Amino acid sequence: MSFPLLTATAVLPAVGAVATAAVPASRRTAAKWLALLVTLATLALAIVVLVRFDPDGARYQLTESHAWIKAFGVRYELGVDGIAVALIALTALLMPFIVLAGWHDADPLETGSRRWRPTQGFFALILAVEAMVIISFEATDVFLFYIFFEAMLIPMYFLIGGFGDRAHEHGEEVASTQRSYAAVKFLLYNLVGGLIMLAAVIGLYVVAGNFSLQEIAQARANGSLDMATNTERWLFLGFFFAFAVKAPLWPLHTWLPNAMGEATAPVAVLITAVVDKVGTFAMLRFCLQLFPEASKWATPAILVLALISIVYGALLAVGQRDIKRLVAYASISHFGFIIMGIFAMTTQGQSGATLYMVNHGISTAALMLVAGFLISRRGSRLIADYGGVQKVAPVLAGTFLIGGLATLSLPGLAPFVSEFLVLVGTFTRYPAIGIIATFGIVLAALYTLVLYQRTMTGPVKPEVSAMPDLRVRELVVVAPLVILLIFLGVYPKPVTDIVNPAVKQTMSDVHKTDPKPSVEAAK
Amino acid sequence: MENLIALLIAAPLLGAAVLLVGGRRLDAVGHWIGTLLSTTSFVFGVILFADLLGKDAEHRTLTQHLWTWISVGSFQADVTFRLDQLSMTFVLLITGVGSLIHLYSVGYMEHDERRRRFFGYLNLFLAAMLLLVLADNYLLLYVGWEGVGLASYLLIGFWQHKPSAATAAKKAFIVNRVGDMGLSIAIMLMFTTFGSFAFGPVFSHVGDTSEGKLTAIGLMLLLAACGKSAQVPLQSWLGDAMEGPTPVSALIHAATMVTAGVYLIVRSSAIFNAAPDAQLAVTVVGAVTLLFGAIVGCAKDDIKKALAGSTMSQIGYMVLAAGLGPIGYVFAIMHLVTHGFFKAGLFLGAGSVMHGMNDEVDMRRYGGLRKYMPITFITFGLGYLAIIGFPGLSGFFSKDKIIEAAFAKGGTEGWILGGAALLGAAITAFYMTRVMLMTFFGEKRWQPDENGNEPHPHESPKVMTIPMVVLAFGSVFAGGLFSFGDRFLDWLEPVTGHSEGDSPLSAGTVTGATMVCLLIGVGLAYAQYGRKPVPAVAPRGSLLTRAARRDLLQDDFNHVVLVRGGEHLTRSLVYVDHTLVDGVVNGTAATFGGLSGRLRKLQNGFARSYAVSMFGGAALLVAATLLMRAV
Repeated sequence: MSFPLLTATAVLPAVGAVATAAVPASRRTAAKWLALLVTLATLALAIVVLVRFDPDGARYQLTESHAWIKAFGVRYELGVDGIAVALIALTALLMPFIVLAGWHDADPLETGSRRWRPTQGFFALILAVEAMVIISFEATDVFLFYIFFEAMLIPMYFLIGGFGDRAHEHGEEVASTQRSYAAVKFLLYNLVGGLIMLAAVIGLYVVAGNFSLQEIAQARANGSLDMATNTERWLFLGFFFAFAVKAPLWPLHTWLPNAMGEATAPVAVLITAVVDKVGTFAMLRFCLQLFPEASKWATPAILVLALISIVYGALLAVGQRDIKRLVAYASISHFGFIIMGIFAMTTQGQSGATLYMVNHGISTAALMLVAGFLISRRGSRLIADYGGVQKVAPVLAGTFLIGGLATLSLPGLAPFVSEFLVLVGTFTRYPAIGIIATFGIVLAALYTLVLYQRTMTGPVKPEVSAMPDLRVRELVVVAPLVILLIFLGVYPKPVTDIVNPAVKQTMSDVHKTDPKPSVEAAK
Repeated sequence: MENLIALLIAAPLLGAAVLLVGGRRLDAVGHWIGTLLSTTSFVFGVILFADLLGKDAEHRTLTQHLWTWISVGSFQADVTFRLDQLSMTFVLLITGVGSLIHLYSVGYMEHDERRRRFFGYLNLFLAAMLLLVLADNYLLLYVGWEGVGLASYLLIGFWQHKPSAATAAKKAFIVNRVGDMGLSIAIMLMFTTFGSFAFGPVFSHVGDTSEGKLTAIGLMLLLAACGKSAQVPLQSWLGDAMEGPTPVSALIHAATMVTAGVYLIVRSSAIFNAAPDAQLAVTVVGAVTLLFGAIVGCAKDDIKKALAGSTMSQIGYMVLAAGLGPIGYVFAIMHLVTHGFFKAGLFLGAGSVMHGMNDEVDMRRYGGLRKYMPITFITFGLGYLAIIGFPGLSGFFSKDKIIEAAFAKGGTEGWILGGAALLGAAITAFYMTRVMLMTFFGEKRWQPDENGNEPHPHESPKVMTIPMVVLAFGSVFAGGLFSFGDRFLDWLEPVTGHSEGDSPLSAGTVTGATMVCLLIGVGLAYAQYGRKPVPAVAPRGSLLTRAARRDLLQDDFNHVVLVRGGEHLTRSLVYVDHTLVDGVVNGTAATFGGLSGRLRKLQNGFARSYAVSMFGGAALLVAATLLMRAV
């Protein structure tokens, strides 16, 4: 038996989580360094996965398979395709930055505060989330996936509910209530989604007799497993609902602004850049493969919801007064693009959507983490409390602007490539939807530049006049993200080369081919 | 030789990177690094130009492939450059005028503590603009297209501690994004139609598709051009863009970036030639804008805003010419180049005046400045004569050709377009004479500012006047140089094609009519601003004047409909999201699981207990699955 690389990639942060939690309370700094080292080691393993993965090889690689719950045919089955590899790499890449950016987020507060902030716990929870997200990307057994898809809610709940910003513009009492509300709302929404999915998972077992993604997908493809049209549709909806809550898709999105607003910036990044990606990833992997006909049946409705997400999320972002909630609504708009790309059922749409997941992770991390640095300096999330920061902290303002420009998909930066691919991939099949979605690029410019103008330009507000510029630790977080945004903007090939073959497979699962250009079609 | 093409872009890009990342230690030399790298790019441009001249006309296209940018299925975008006569013309204009303006800025920005950053942005602009004109496909062009938009944003808002500058920068970017939608959709249409958006494959398959598709693509490209080139209805940002430092107005908002729309249309000539309806739309936009800009230019008292109106109007001429098809392409570009000289010169002159007048921009507070700043007066004066089309100067040749071409379109359209162009010539003469008289003639009208500092008008340093003198040379001689022996026509024709059209009027008649218009315009302006003293406070003015001062109310329309309307929309959506969407989703869930009641409980302080019970459930689930394994 060869070395279980995929298991190791998930187990390492899990073990790291336990170890970090076990560091004695007096050695807080040691716990932080341990967490950072674990994320770096996980990144190293992810790079090994990336290198060992052959894009042109078998669909699922580095597979592992062991019997688990024999009575129900549940297996411990792992395997990665190009899409999974890209997202594992993204997750492993972002984690060190999240840890580093959150370095002081769980430090004990000044004496006299009643808030209990266990530093070790904070970093252990982050590592636990990493482990569960990674294994969700790897699981090819539906039940195995389900368990971790649900289980990651637990550490996320504590991260949202337990660790807010150091200071809150309305005081600690209000902050505590809002945090609890946000955490529970997050939990309830996702649990409801999860319960409905559980029913569908059981239904799938009843129909298929096992939980193996590969076996079921193969049986569906060669016709040996027939599903009644209605059964397939109900099962599809059960899965899709859970993923749409997680993603989140309009109108199931309202938990996200609460959660991202109340959580600390690094945790907000963890939510939107990492955890939510499991939702969109699962649409590609499970919905399309297990239920190809139902997926096509639901496509028009889903595209309309995605389109609403794009425009609605962007409009709501324009109307926000809170920096973090603004980024959250922008993310809702971006998730609309991702889902639209997936269900456009074209090569460009799906490759673009996968690339979008990666790029959105990096760009949101850049924007949100810098926003976090800003908020930690002033102790307020309200846009109106800032003004003229550019004058006192030019590097902070500059990196904030780059994060913003990435968010509005400026050509030359990574998100442009994915956004354009999604748009063009949608347009080739659904021109009207593609054109309406294009309005998103105007609105994105609006909310980003309005945010920048109100916080960074104009006369220097007295409260920000003594604001220090980015520190070394903060620069170490931001600079690599900026470099990545530029690199993947001019040379996205490393990602698309890995993703393209997997998308080709998915396209054949749903029996779809790209529309031909009209000039060729005419010949 | 083609390997030099990438270096054209690389030089200023390197400059931008070094200056923006380099930090304060480069403050002392930053401006010279920027100027040097800009000039380096110009030298590369000249070398390439000499190389092209050495080849025969049919072989003057060089391409350089660097790497495959995006490859997904049949979607292929390459980083490939194309240097032909059209892009070469732009390269020389951009790097030539660009280097002069870099030099000028060394003096103009001398006292600005962020001068290094200013040069970084200028270099970034050059790199993006060169990418725009050198790209071999529309998607790569798009990168340059938004790149210049970014540079423009950064430079308009350079003095961003001023809220007006920050607002103007944002406005420019967002209005341009509306145009960018057009470019996006055009590229998508090309992809679905031709399976490609590279120049070669698209242009060679134009004949294989329907006119309807080509018209759609053409209209979308026109939308893009309207944004970048400040054409009606997307013109509203240009006046505000004058918030940027004056060298920026000269380089970006007069000589180069705003002409990118004209480049786009002329570059896409193959598409427009096959889509007459789109062409008609282009000419209408051009004709409307040339009058719109000219009228606005007549009413502004801010010297830069008057010139901005003029820029809009002159680009209107170019767009009109580009819409005429092969009759007009060459002259659109020729006017673009001569305009690049004289308008850049006029703006630098305006900057020089402001430099000597404590940054005063109100022409009603100038007057009689010719005595104090003779070099500025002469160079500005030559630019003035060039733009109004004084015989023998640059503008005379290029504008006259456009008016001729408009008549040559033939039919009623020809008469209307030609008439509009002639009327525009008269108004141009009027507003430019007005600027000239208010600034350099008459009595001095300046007063001490609120701090009691009276301006002491003085000539600018050499580092500023030398670029003005060079540009004045261009304003005087470029037109003649291009026209005699049809040099410019022969140079560009292999790319754009050319036809003479069918003019109902002889060339002599058109020239004569233009001269009459010119005299009327100058005469009217002299009667109003030369013979009578200019009031230091603007009179109330006629209804039209008042409307023109407010950009013909277009901004007010935007404000009421788009800004206010948008604010109401987003505000009500925020409310809807908070109450309705959240409420309905929670409420729906409540019917299934009493969720909403529980959520309400949470806010009453039961949060933790409830959460704990939820966890209990989740933990049970996990435990159960683990137990099952044992079974």
